[in-house]
Amino acid sequence: MLGRLTVDALPLYSWVAMGGAAVTILGGVAVFLLVTWLGKWRYLWTEWLTSVDHKRIGLMYIILAVVMLLRGFVDALMIRAQQAFAVNNEGYLPADHFDQIFSSHGTIMIFFVAMPFLAGLMNVIVPQQIGARDVAFPFLNSLSFWLTTSGAGLVLISLVIGKFSTAGWTGYPPYSGIEYNPGVGVDYWIWALLISGVGSTLTGINFIVTILKNRAPGMKLMRMPLFTWTSLCSSILIAATFPALTVAVGLLSLDRIFGMHFFTNGDGGNMMNFANLIWIWGHPEVYILVLPAFGIFSEVVATFSRKALFGYKSLVYATACIAILSATVWLHHFFTMGSSANVNAFFGMATMIIAIPTGVKIFDWLFTMYGGKIRFHTSMMFTVGFLISFAIGGMTGVLLALPPADYLMHNSSFLVAHFHNVIIPGVLFGYFAGVQYWFPKVFGFTLDEKWGARAFWLWLIGFWIAFMPLYALGFLGMTRRMEHYDNPEWQPYLIVAALGAVIILGGVFCNLMQLVVSFRNRKETEDVTGDPWDGRTLEWATSSPPAPYNFAVIPEVKGLDAFYIMKEEGAAYTLPDHFEDIEMPNNTSFGVIIGGLSFVIGFAMIWYIWWLAISAFIGVLCCVIIRSSMDDTDHIIPAADVEKLERARLATLSQSISGKG
Amino acid sequence: MTMNMQSAKEQSKQFQSRDFGFWLYLMTDAILFSLLFATYVVMSRNVATGPPGHEIFDLTHTFGETLLLLFSSLTFGFATLSLAAGRMTMVIGWLALTILLGLGFVAMEITEFQGMIAIDAGPDKSGFLSAFFALVGTHGLHVSLGMVGILVIIGQLLVKGPTDAVRSRFFRLGLFWHFLDIVWIGIFSVVYLPAVL
Amino acid sequence: MNAENSHSLKTYLIGFGLAVALTVIPFGLVWSGTLPSMTTLVIIIVAALAQVLVHLYFFLHLNFRSTPNENLLALAFATILIMIMVGGSIWIMFDLHHRMM
Repeated sequence: MLGRLTVDALPLYSWVAMGGAAVTILGGVAVFLLVTWLGKWRYLWTEWLTSVDHKRIGLMYIILAVVMLLRGFVDALMIRAQQAFAVNNEGYLPADHFDQIFSSHGTIMIFFVAMPFLAGLMNVIVPQQIGARDVAFPFLNSLSFWLTTSGAGLVLISLVIGKFSTAGWTGYPPYSGIEYNPGVGVDYWIWALLISGVGSTLTGINFIVTILKNRAPGMKLMRMPLFTWTSLCSSILIAATFPALTVAVGLLSLDRIFGMHFFTNGDGGNMMNFANLIWIWGHPEVYILVLPAFGIFSEVVATFSRKALFGYKSLVYATACIAILSATVWLHHFFTMGSSANVNAFFGMATMIIAIPTGVKIFDWLFTMYGGKIRFHTSMMFTVGFLISFAIGGMTGVLLALPPADYLMHNSSFLVAHFHNVIIPGVLFGYFAGVQYWFPKVFGFTLDEKWGARAFWLWLIGFWIAFMPLYALGFLGMTRRMEHYDNPEWQPYLIVAALGAVIILGGVFCNLMQLVVSFRNRKETEDVTGDPWDGRTLEWATSSPPAPYNFAVIPEVKGLDAFYIMKEEGAAYTLPDHFEDIEMPNNTSFGVIIGGLSFVIGFAMIWYIWWLAISAFIGVLCCVIIRSSMDDTDHIIPAADVEKLERARLATLSQSISGKG
Repeated sequence: MTMNMQSAKEQSKQFQSRDFGFWLYLMTDAILFSLLFATYVVMSRNVATGPPGHEIFDLTHTFGETLLLLFSSLTFGFATLSLAAGRMTMVIGWLALTILLGLGFVAMEITEFQGMIAIDAGPDKSGFLSAFFALVGTHGLHVSLGMVGILVIIGQLLVKGPTDAVRSRFFRLGLFWHFLDIVWIGIFSVVYLPAVL
Repeated sequence: MNAENSHSLKTYLIGFGLAVALTVIPFGLVWSGTLPSMTTLVIIIVAALAQVLVHLYFFLHLNFRSTPNENLLALAFATILIMIMVGGSIWIMFDLHHRMM
């Protein structure tokens, strides 16, 4: 009836495991109680969970990302703590548990922090930047979010029922095969990835169509803001490469469930093909994550240098080059798997070539700052921190691109330092900068800059202290993922690294304080203009927060930096002379329902509860058929209502201006 | 229920977006299949203790499946023409025939799979066989889902009639169905024919 | 309307005929074994690529006049990526295979 699910699945085997389960359960219960006490269930359901509004879906994505960031960061602290102490002793974490922690750390950070964060930022901003009212497929947008959440749910529940994978975030067979890992851990990993992968692929398709088809009149491709360009390239990469992840993880699943021999040790299996398939996805994935971060930096650096972006065209072409090249380098993740010199050399050279367009971008950003009137807003601080730190991380990447060098560094701490050195200053600082920059657009008040600066400095210093020792440790011969070690020479470095992690914890605390303080001070920092930074791009033309339809009248775009032109010509903040009815999509519960059923499918497949998996799948099929047969899925916002909203906005605006004058 | 001009134009734009989005999904599906093909090619000699392709493939059987699928593409084409001509009974008829041909294809494929499993040449026997079953099986699953789609479209045509929305879905279903025939060309050219060569 | 219809009917029938021919030829060659294996293999591949084009043009009505540019670009991009991914995979995996023998 319940497959292989028994009461043994509860984490009663270790105190640490029970602690993790308790925190997860308490967290869930706390949220449930809070919503109930506030009496907001109906509101939550009708306004948020069933919303198809890109702005709301985007915010929910970002909230998911932040929650999972905290969870993934706890994993990091536990790893650092273990490695700081475990010289010639077992440390406080048994090996099996340590392995689960580094596996979930990577899995969570990539799939359930970075990807949702990216999807969230794209969702909130891109339609506004192109002068559109919503994405091309609002329902699929909601579905994508719920599929991602379903995957995150599977990872979270693995703390309570069963265990998580011990095979790392890339789950190489044969270790991840059924012979060496018959338990549920790897299956949790597989289904979390398969389900959220569908969500990501749909997001990619959604944004390609949105950007190519929903732009305002006059917004030619070469007039799009850089964040939109990078979102387009990232979305193309998502659509093109997530199938590879589906194949790799799907075939592994077939091995595990049906005893097939794709990646087994014998009977004709070829486990090296798994590394090949997963990195066809895995390398483009990191560019999927970093390109939009580059886009954010472009926007921030132009706005806070009060200058047009330097070399717009070169930035666009560089982005496209990086995107295409990223699909040709994947073997550099397994130079040491034994390919011949020609193969290694080809992929090594391709990897080094990617540094060139990236360098072009760095110079473009620097030249944008040069001669500009720079203001060190928190987002600008993250940008400068990125420029310095990411350059180093990129350089270590070029070093690793040399196959003979990589033979020494592969899977060492040097590698761990390298990829954190590009992901944290690159991806994470970029997304943080995006939050600092666009927060007022979403909430109508700005973030406190004092706490923002504190968060920045602690993150920057903490990052350096946590990861520079890892470079040294790589040279000293330390491998990655070590649960304990016997070389006392390494320990001082690991203690310093642990200290760095604690400093980052301070940074996280400042991030949270910033939210609390800003919310408390929101009346003082309210922005009624919709444009607190004197921005150049169209998203600053909408009110903050924007109306559901974003633009009462779709703007006519005259050139690059469309909003800057509007302000110069005095066309901004004018009441349109004519309003029309606006058609907007209805909210729908199908996204939540299909997401929930997907969670059930995943859980059932993991625990071999076949009847439940099949039933849930049939349920999904029925939902898809019913939803696809629905024709009347829009509602009209009457022109009169639109006019009322717009008049009210301009009234508040002129009131505040005359109030100041 | 009146439809003003603005709504009609927006609706047409919406259908165009859906067609483009669906085309993009087909491209992702093509990439997915291509990787299954690559896996198959890489593992085509990994027979371990199981039989190689030329011992278990039956070209007549494959030829039969190929013709069934090819005819089903033709009948879907006839359904498309009938829809453009507004001849609803013909549309349903051709669609029903398409499903029958598709059912024939899937039935032949299931028979083939069952036969192979019966002689200890199932997907758990060797890497080569796993790759075969995964590639051909994934295609068969797509065909099955396509047939469900055709049933749904028949239902929508009967209940709603040939509205713009239903025509739009019909068009995308056609893209899907023809795409599957293209994948099958790859399958008989890469899997069946070279194995027997 | 009728002329357009029969034009379209012709399209489907011609496409079908070509597809059948491009199917029968490789099947026939393999079945009869009249040509050497390598030649037959090349013909199989060429016939397959040709038939894919037949399907794209006659059944999916893909052409440079009426098909939207972005659809053609998407197809071209997917084709290039498939060549990179499949070609790269086959190169890598067969290279590894040789090194393991």
